[in-house]
Amino acid sequence: MARIDLDHIRHAYLPNPSRDEDYALREVHHSWEDGGAYALLGPSGCGKTTLLNIISGLLTPSEGRILFDGQDVTGLQPEERNIAQVFQFPVVYDTMTVADNLAFPLRNRGMAEADVQRRVAEVLEMIDLGAIAHRKARGLTADLKQKISLGRGLVRADVNAILFDEPLTVIDPHMKWQLRSQLKLLHRSFGHTMVYVTHDQTEALTFADKVVVMYGGEIVQIGTPQELFERPSHTFVGYFIGSPGMNVLPVTLEGARAQLGGQSIALPGAAGSTEGKRTELGIRPEYIQLGSAGMPVSIRAIEDIGRHKIVRAVIEGHELAIVLGEDTSVPADPHVTFDHAGINIYADDWRVKLGG
Amino acid sequence: MEKSWNNKAWFLVLPVLLLVAFSAIIPLMTVVNYSVQDTFGNNQFFWAGTDWFSDVLSSSRFHDALLRNLAFSAIILLIEVPLGIFIALNMPRKGLGVPFCLVFMSLPLLIPWNVVGTIWQVFGRVDIGLLGYTLNAIGVDYNYVSDPFDAWVTVIVMDVWHWTSLVVLLCYAGLVSIPDAYYQAAKIDGASRFSVFRYIQLPKMNRVLLIAVLLRFMDSFMIYTEPFVVTGGGPGNATTFLSIDLVKTAIGQFDLGPAAAMSLIYFLIVLLLSWVFYTVMITNDAKG
Repeated sequence: MARIDLDHIRHAYLPNPSRDEDYALREVHHSWEDGGAYALLGPSGCGKTTLLNIISGLLTPSEGRILFDGQDVTGLQPEERNIAQVFQFPVVYDTMTVADNLAFPLRNRGMAEADVQRRVAEVLEMIDLGAIAHRKARGLTADLKQKISLGRGLVRADVNAILFDEPLTVIDPHMKWQLRSQLKLLHRSFGHTMVYVTHDQTEALTFADKVVVMYGGEIVQIGTPQELFERPSHTFVGYFIGSPGMNVLPVTLEGARAQLGGQSIALPGAAGSTEGKRTELGIRPEYIQLGSAGMPVSIRAIEDIGRHKIVRAVIEGHELAIVLGEDTSVPADPHVTFDHAGINIYADDWRVKLGG
Repeated sequence: MEKSWNNKAWFLVLPVLLLVAFSAIIPLMTVVNYSVQDTFGNNQFFWAGTDWFSDVLSSSRFHDALLRNLAFSAIILLIEVPLGIFIALNMPRKGLGVPFCLVFMSLPLLIPWNVVGTIWQVFGRVDIGLLGYTLNAIGVDYNYVSDPFDAWVTVIVMDVWHWTSLVVLLCYAGLVSIPDAYYQAAKIDGASRFSVFRYIQLPKMNRVLLIAVLLRFMDSFMIYTEPFVVTGGGPGNATTFLSIDLVKTAIGQFDLGPAAAMSLIYFLIVLLLSWVFYTVMITNDAKG
């Protein structure tokens, strides 16, 4: 168990990176607290896996240092870093039994056989594979194989961190839920530092205490699920988290008011200087009231998704998604008002603070 | 519902049936025909029953050739399979070296068998051959024409040179199909180089190795052209394998009956041994 510091890490797969675009990982400077459960969330190709492999030592970063508890491990091999990693697709040693698969990392490190047996039995219990402990791993279903991979990740009690690279991709949906809860439980009882890569927001938000959102090779926001939802610090976070994502509307700012086409919207406070920057107003569909007062909109479509309805509207020529209660009906002459608490202002995609 | 029958469908099978008949069944039956009869020419045949079979099975000439064949197959399998795996493991996985290595490896496989024989026949000669002359010049008493051991070494080295590539290419195909994640996981698990080979690479090569061993066994057991061109079965009978002996009997001595009996026995032995190999390896595979 360790605190992990990423000290100005940059990584490029090209030999001689010169421009920012050459870097798969532009610059990551961040600390993972000892015993934290983090989710790395982002779309495919945003550098999540690259970052994970740099932490585990499968990749050496082009620039920057990585520290475990203050000790520089940048040049160390994965086995020297004492890290566990679970991959997207199940990796099992086909010719070994399930129990031997779990024992493999322990035996490789020269643990006494009695301790190996005890530890393996514990993990088998945890991941509920006791019944097939002595079956060959070959021929098991992908679900079970991935469970074995997870088990191999959990079997060493003294690891500095456990890294998960989209581990539930191949698992059936109902199993996903079960395994994710199990992981969370394990985290609570053993307190390992865990980093969990995923592109699925539900997975990230349910697993982690802190979610790290990555976009285009950079970390755009680190926060609790609630922070990410209410105060996205980048328009990408607003759009990526939530279903449907945040509405982002181009506005011009005048003091504590925002001008959207012909409409003027009162803001909770005045923004700082946004000279020469592209300014936008972000509001989540959950914070918009549809009624007969406020700004006029036209309704394009209504999607009923069971628990609630999503209204696709147009305001001043811009698309607007609104979440509406299942029993609420759409008024004949629709208008909207924006809830103050849900308004965020962005300059060049980054959130600006609204004063007073 | 009543099942409808249409016997015209048999016509669709007919071409294949004819093809197989002319290419396999009829020639084979001819051999069977010869094996149970005796002839003194003039197309006169006499019933011989199983005489030829018992003759062949009890002849020491046949036993010796069979033993030589078994020894030869065992030796080349023991050399070519480990060597092929070793080379495949050390071939590059990406980069410019890949096409170079693949072409380089395929070259021996592209050379016609009797040309391979001729190459080594000349190569090993003590008077003009690069290998034979050099060996003698540096004081190694080597002469495949007169020394049975040297003849064996030559034939084996030739076969290894010719066919190891096949094992290499098959193993390589197995190796490149292993996803990177396996190697990464092994690193994380702290596996040694040997463990990676034993638990990741070897299991993934299992299937292709089965094919490689079967092919190499069948081919080596039926080997004819190359040793015939190099040694002609000599010195004495030292490199007379079953196939060479068979041709000597059939065409050299024109003993068609014994030759036919011998080829049937030969065929059954190859079939039986291949089946044993296959069954053993498949069972291991299922267990393993």
